[in-house]
Amino acid sequence: MQTILEMRNITKTFPGVKALDDVNLKVANGEIHALVGENGAGKSTLMKVLSGVHADGSYEGEVHFDGQLTAFSGIGDSEALGIIIIHQELALVPLLSIAENLFLGNELAHKGIVNWPETYRRTEALLAKVGLHEPPAALVDTLGVGKQQLVEIAKALSKDVRLLILDEPTAALSESDSQVLLDLLLELKAQGVTSIIISHKLNEVRRVADTITIIRDGSTVSTLDARQQAITEEQIVRDMVGRDLSQRYPARQRIAGEMLLEVNDWNVWHPEHKTRQVIRDIDFHVRAGEVVGIAGLMGAGRTELAMSLFGHSYGQNISGSVSLRGEPLDVSTVSAAIRGGLAYVTEDRKELGLILDESIHRNITLANLRDVSSSGVINQAEEARVAEGYRQAMNIRTPSVAQRVVNLSGGNQQKVVLSKWLFTAPEVLILDEPTRGIDVGAKFEIYGIINELSAQGKGVIMISSEMPELLGMSDRIYVMNEGGFVGELSASEASQERIMSLIVTD
Amino acid sequence: MSDTSSTKGDSAQVGVSRYLLNHMRDYGLLFALIAIMLFFQIVTDGTLLKPVNITNLFLQNSYIIIMALGMLIVIVGGNIDLSVGSVMGFIGALSAVMIVNLDVPVAVTIPVCLFVGGLIGAAQGYWVAYWKIPSFIVTLAGMLVFRGLSLWLLEGQSVGPFPKSFQLLSTGFVPDVFGVGRPNVTALVVGGVAALAIVYMGLRKRRRNSAYGIVDEPLVVFIARNAIVSGALLFVAYKLSTFRGLPNVLVTMGVLTVIYAFVTEHTTIGRRVYALGGNEKAAKLSGIRTERLMFLTFVNMGVLAALAGLIFAARLNTATPKAGFAVELDVIAAVFIGGASMSGGVGMIVGAVVGAFIMGVMNNGMSIMGIGIDYQQVIKGLVLLAAVIFDVYNKQKQR
Repeated sequence: MQTILEMRNITKTFPGVKALDDVNLKVANGEIHALVGENGAGKSTLMKVLSGVHADGSYEGEVHFDGQLTAFSGIGDSEALGIIIIHQELALVPLLSIAENLFLGNELAHKGIVNWPETYRRTEALLAKVGLHEPPAALVDTLGVGKQQLVEIAKALSKDVRLLILDEPTAALSESDSQVLLDLLLELKAQGVTSIIISHKLNEVRRVADTITIIRDGSTVSTLDARQQAITEEQIVRDMVGRDLSQRYPARQRIAGEMLLEVNDWNVWHPEHKTRQVIRDIDFHVRAGEVVGIAGLMGAGRTELAMSLFGHSYGQNISGSVSLRGEPLDVSTVSAAIRGGLAYVTEDRKELGLILDESIHRNITLANLRDVSSSGVINQAEEARVAEGYRQAMNIRTPSVAQRVVNLSGGNQQKVVLSKWLFTAPEVLILDEPTRGIDVGAKFEIYGIINELSAQGKGVIMISSEMPELLGMSDRIYVMNEGGFVGELSASEASQERIMSLIVTD
Repeated sequence: MSDTSSTKGDSAQVGVSRYLLNHMRDYGLLFALIAIMLFFQIVTDGTLLKPVNITNLFLQNSYIIIMALGMLIVIVGGNIDLSVGSVMGFIGALSAVMIVNLDVPVAVTIPVCLFVGGLIGAAQGYWVAYWKIPSFIVTLAGMLVFRGLSLWLLEGQSVGPFPKSFQLLSTGFVPDVFGVGRPNVTALVVGGVAALAIVYMGLRKRRRNSAYGIVDEPLVVFIARNAIVSGALLFVAYKLSTFRGLPNVLVTMGVLTVIYAFVTEHTTIGRRVYALGGNEKAAKLSGIRTERLMFLTFVNMGVLAALAGLIFAARLNTATPKAGFAVELDVIAAVFIGGASMSGGVGMIVGAVVGAFIMGVMNNGMSIMGIGIDYQQVIKGLVLLAAVIFDVYNKQKQR
């Protein structure tokens, strides 16, 4: 098979750190090549070398594209050859239309005057290619993340893409949106487009990839050919972390203790549309030491349920009762909910969970400054001591707690968020997508922390879009669809199929 | 710092220069102030640091510094207040009308004026915090409204003069409690105590930080910094003591600076303002009442703008419709030169005060040199731009 891309002996050094050490990557024409590795393994750096963000000369080694030695000095050079990279953070302008976004910087114009009929005609053709049925004039803002991802791909196609690079394309997508995207990748492959996909979701990698290259600590560990024989997830994980994770989900003593949290008749209406009910008649409970999963598709209302419970942070006209150990619990404001013993680890840690420019210790104490202060004056020694304690207990990898959290990897950031909420001494923790976008090793550690919380008799509510994780961790799973619970399964009855069938037959 | 390569073998040396490079912004500001002062000291043939001119420097800039304290907090909270110049002028006018035209006692006028300042801040903060109207727009409106209201209050005239007791607010001096007079021993003692306090607090913080393993500045840098700061304090105190002693405004300013520095760095409410500006949503989900907090930053700003208005009126001994015109720009510039971030969450009281001094020394020095107001504006503008560019450059380098 013909090789389209070959990166030979790439070494890239940042001051003090060797980010890439003699990495080799060979991509065959027309294949889907998966690049996997833990966060910080060097995947993104490698792609930056490929796309010219790290200009020629700033690294050692050679990049051959189509048999030609390249020397990119910027992203424009690589795009000119048809190498297009789609980043995790989408680069679309929300308040412009799909058509305007597709041809942004590349407008179909004559002497600066845009030919709109032609733009719309071509947009429609491109949207048809990616299977997106939306009017070209629709604002990108009105589309869900999944559809926005498709717009990005359409944009890449508009530039005569030869090598498409997708960085974590499904990280923010629901199961069904991910399926659509993966199908599209296979479809594009059939049309001869080569792609590189960077992903943490091994089941997806296994589904679409022809070849899998695994990178660890800046070096290529192995390249597996999935066309020859089936590759197991265990095989990939072993190469990624360099050790056997005999169990992806650490074992836990399952003990359901006394009744902790009870929620009855919970109803919530949309914050902007008074007549739209988002959560309907939800009843549920959590016992001490229990890990309760909430399954559902994107948009089922899981985050909305959690946020409305946590200090009425979402919605209006909220009704229903909440009690903790049989006593009514006031959750009408966030501070009341925290005082009452609730903690909510948000789905989006950068937007809602952390103050990125501040230090680790200032983030950890933020929700419970009371315990490190007296009469409003913060005891900074005590604060440092508390943070240092969590750094060790949670194994937050950082030279010091004075480090700004923006410099930490995703997994370590998540541990900071968890520390912050543990410091409020909660009875019940709501974890919303606690392992999103973090690598396998850190995931395992987070699961361990969850188990420890359960052993301490705390109640854990876990919202997750990753079914294997829900099944592996939960004692009980509530299945949610369109704002209501449509089923409850015990750990022994639950399976991916049963959950899906509850959702689709609702 | 240019000798990094030659001292590579010495790890302690490299540590110091690396540390200074990483904290270029913090130390750069101090060095910039010193460099600017030295420059003007030389080109004005020593006029800049004459006791009378140092006293003038404080008198001239006190109201800017006082408002910079409030502005820093507003900006750290993620907003901006464009109305402070107008509010300052309005309160000056109000005080003149009350004292001069209506014969209200000074002791009543001052608290009333401060309260009105708070109300003005509350009125603007309400729309910003609870209605989510951008502060730029609300305070732009406030700037026009209070400019107009000052004109209306004063009926377009200047109103004055004020009684002696009111003037003391700004032009008075602390009497020498030791009865020597000249040199003024009170000024010397206060300077000495302040220098000692700074060194003591620095040592305490250093000891505590090292106990918790939080990376701290190298010992050499610590000693040098404290020597410079306390030396400068003693120098200023000495100079003041040979003239008329401590100006009242300097005491007001100094006390307020210490209080605000403490509140921003050591209290829960201060910490929450940084969280609010750093990530409002995350702050809210951490149980912080973000709306109320934002509202309070504006109330505080209003009170400080009122105080600045009183001091300014007392200094000119008259309230004019033009008082406070374009002052908001100097205040905002001081805060940004001092290292605050436009997007909120970043900035320090000490930075804002040093920023205000940089502006003040430049105004003063260029005036002594006889540079026209036209060039002065151009130079100040370029300095502001340079400071912010320096900031952005440092941030990019760190990445």
